[in-house]
Amino acid sequence: MISSSSNILPHFHSDHSLLWGLRFLALIAGSLLLLIVMFLLQESWPAFQHVGLRSFFTDEGWHPSEDLYLLTPMLWGTLWASLGSIMLAAPLGIGSAVFIQYYAPSFLAKPYRRLIELLAGIPSVVFGLWGLVVLVPLIARWQPPGPSLLAGILILFLMILPTITLVVQASLAQIPVSVIHHATALGLSRWSMIRSVILPTAKAGIFTGLFLGVARALGETMAILMVCGNVVQSPSHLFDPIRTLTANIALEVAYALGTHRSTLFVSGLLLMAMIVVFVVMAEGFRHREANAHTK
Amino acid sequence: MLTQSKGIQEQCSTWIVWGSAILIALSFLSLLGDLLWHGWAQLSWSFVFSPPQNAGREGGIGPILLSTGLIVGICMAIALPIGLGTAIFLAEYTQGHHRFGRLIRGSLDVLAGVPSIVFGLFGNALFCQALGLGFSILSGGLTLACMVLPIIIRTTEESFRAITFDQRFSAAALGFSRSTTVGCILLPAAMPGLLAGSLLGLGRAMAETAALIFTSGYVDRMPESLLDSGRALSIHIYDLAMNVAGGNPNAYATALVLVGLLLIINFSASWMAEKWTTLNQLPT
Amino acid sequence: MAPLISEIGKRFETLHPGTRVDVQTGGSSRGIADVVNGLADIGMASRALKPQEHALHGAIIAHDGITLILHQDNPVHDLTNEQIKAIYTGAITNWKTVGGLNAPITVINKAEGRSTLELFLQYFSLSNRQIRAHVVIGDNEQGIKTVEGNPHAIGYVSIGTVQYDARHGVPIRLLPLQHIPATLESVRNGTFPLSRPLTLVSKTLPTGLTETFIEFSRSPAVHDLILKQYFAPLP
Repeated sequence: MISSSSNILPHFHSDHSLLWGLRFLALIAGSLLLLIVMFLLQESWPAFQHVGLRSFFTDEGWHPSEDLYLLTPMLWGTLWASLGSIMLAAPLGIGSAVFIQYYAPSFLAKPYRRLIELLAGIPSVVFGLWGLVVLVPLIARWQPPGPSLLAGILILFLMILPTITLVVQASLAQIPVSVIHHATALGLSRWSMIRSVILPTAKAGIFTGLFLGVARALGETMAILMVCGNVVQSPSHLFDPIRTLTANIALEVAYALGTHRSTLFVSGLLLMAMIVVFVVMAEGFRHREANAHTK
Repeated sequence: MLTQSKGIQEQCSTWIVWGSAILIALSFLSLLGDLLWHGWAQLSWSFVFSPPQNAGREGGIGPILLSTGLIVGICMAIALPIGLGTAIFLAEYTQGHHRFGRLIRGSLDVLAGVPSIVFGLFGNALFCQALGLGFSILSGGLTLACMVLPIIIRTTEESFRAITFDQRFSAAALGFSRSTTVGCILLPAAMPGLLAGSLLGLGRAMAETAALIFTSGYVDRMPESLLDSGRALSIHIYDLAMNVAGGNPNAYATALVLVGLLLIINFSASWMAEKWTTLNQLPT
Repeated sequence: MAPLISEIGKRFETLHPGTRVDVQTGGSSRGIADVVNGLADIGMASRALKPQEHALHGAIIAHDGITLILHQDNPVHDLTNEQIKAIYTGAITNWKTVGGLNAPITVINKAEGRSTLELFLQYFSLSNRQIRAHVVIGDNEQGIKTVEGNPHAIGYVSIGTVQYDARHGVPIRLLPLQHIPATLESVRNGTFPLSRPLTLVSKTLPTGLTETFIEFSRSPAVHDLILKQYFAPLP
């Protein structure tokens, strides 16, 4: 950042208009969330009035026709599915990025990267369809019923992997060549260089990639709807069918009226709350890392 | 001793990295192979260009392709300028503790995690009802732009931040204005991140289903204006696979067309970016 | 119903040039809600109008049935109503109890709010709370694909959807209900016990173009379209 109040640099007109133009654009981007939260609050207000915040965690189950709106099992479903998928996708995603950048011969690196880019664009319905028709019967043969937390984790993993790989690879590509030269000059082997020099340097990019991956996992709807079973229960093991908060909204919103519909928006708010918590944690983590660096 | 253990580590890591790459490549190739297996028979030029018949079981996907193109086009036309601008703002004009910047960054992070269906319902309420656009391609494009914005901004911002400071110092020493610095020096250097973000965003836009059901709708007729309802490819795939008995073969064929489109887009985007970078890049 | 009305709409447009029929998809409750809100001129509902909806006007255009489906490899060919009830409430959990293989039953139920679920519950006098399901599905085809992939699954879907698939090689068997075969024919002649009317709903008595369209949908001119979707047209 090059600016100071006693700037001796000449002031350019273009800079002035640029700054205001950019501020305006940033404002648009920033106000989106506000609009969405307002929308969610407005739609879920009837639920808060008639059902009350407590019931969402203390009711006996999710039976809207009988005015019972327990959200906790679906909360667990969402958490476990996303957690499982990121645990698989993080190492493999970073590994793929490292592969593209440092291990693959150039005739392989480009096609492999193309493959991953392609996968980033495949619709969730196609993943879901493949999961329903190929993956779920496979799991069913191993352990019925088939649609399960495991299926959800595997499909989510496939879906967020391209995001992580591409973002991490882009940041690896931006590391100045000098860094690699220095490391080689110190006699480091490829793996040691990656582990102790490259990955720490690309930390910010890795972080962004992982973050976008988790965000995608938390928000995924259609594919989960098709492979997880949609039974409202807290999963006790991998083969239990689950319903996530997002699948719940998708499944019921077109058919719900009145209070039931509002409760679906409440679950949307709950998801937002989860994401906010996650973002705050991520920011705190990042700040700690940044401060550790400067020390 | 040290070199020996280093050698084993090096071997192991090579195996692991190659192994994971092969594992991933295999699973994805099996997915693509599945699509090819089920859908290849239906593919033909007439499939690509003719309208759907018999609830999509027969005929093609011509109007749907056009609608999808329009929706995604609107999405990127809106999201790229706003995204790039916000990213530059966040990267160049705000520091870590700047309040406005932190607020925006935080809100974008949360936005990235909002489920697609919530975007769909929000888009319906804002664009279709409040702004009166109804079920239309425009509503769909605008909604998708909201979804895609966080991805573009985050990756682009990261890549601007990754540029070392000497470039900026040199530019200042040469007396460049801020705008020139950003436009001619920083932007080309940040190209990898911008490209990755745009491609990810584009991919996300083309892959989106739930958000579009409520905003651009279901109509599979050839759209005559941006205010017409238009069915997107992903919705068509969903409808054929889940709603229409016997729609399976065409669902797979549509998926293949989508994949083909993505290939074309990815290739051209990378080609364009490489061209621009080689034209503008300062020698390191 | 959306695919059917889409096709009827297209034919209507060719017969009445200059008109446009836009169909949006979403489910019976949404169809009715959109009509009430004025977002749609006509709503589609795959059930009869409920008593609380008496202010609206419904026109039946076809009939559909709801049938239980099994995988083709499942040796069980017939189930009594009591057995079906027991399976769905979790009292029977293994196929061998009803004369099948020694395998756990995978019960597939429909998601809340679907008219298919409501009719199923009504017919068997159950409440959704009593059902012990292993999989909950949204659309008919999802149920069909789930049963296709699991030879020990049981589910229920619309006859229209599944009969097409069964005739085109999908390994699904439709179970007879109370010994009446689950076919388009038995829905057509009214003998099938679990059938439902496909209804076009309007806010007020339909006039003008709306009326023309609804009349068109009830006329023999679209019978072939209805049959193509394996629904039973009006006699």
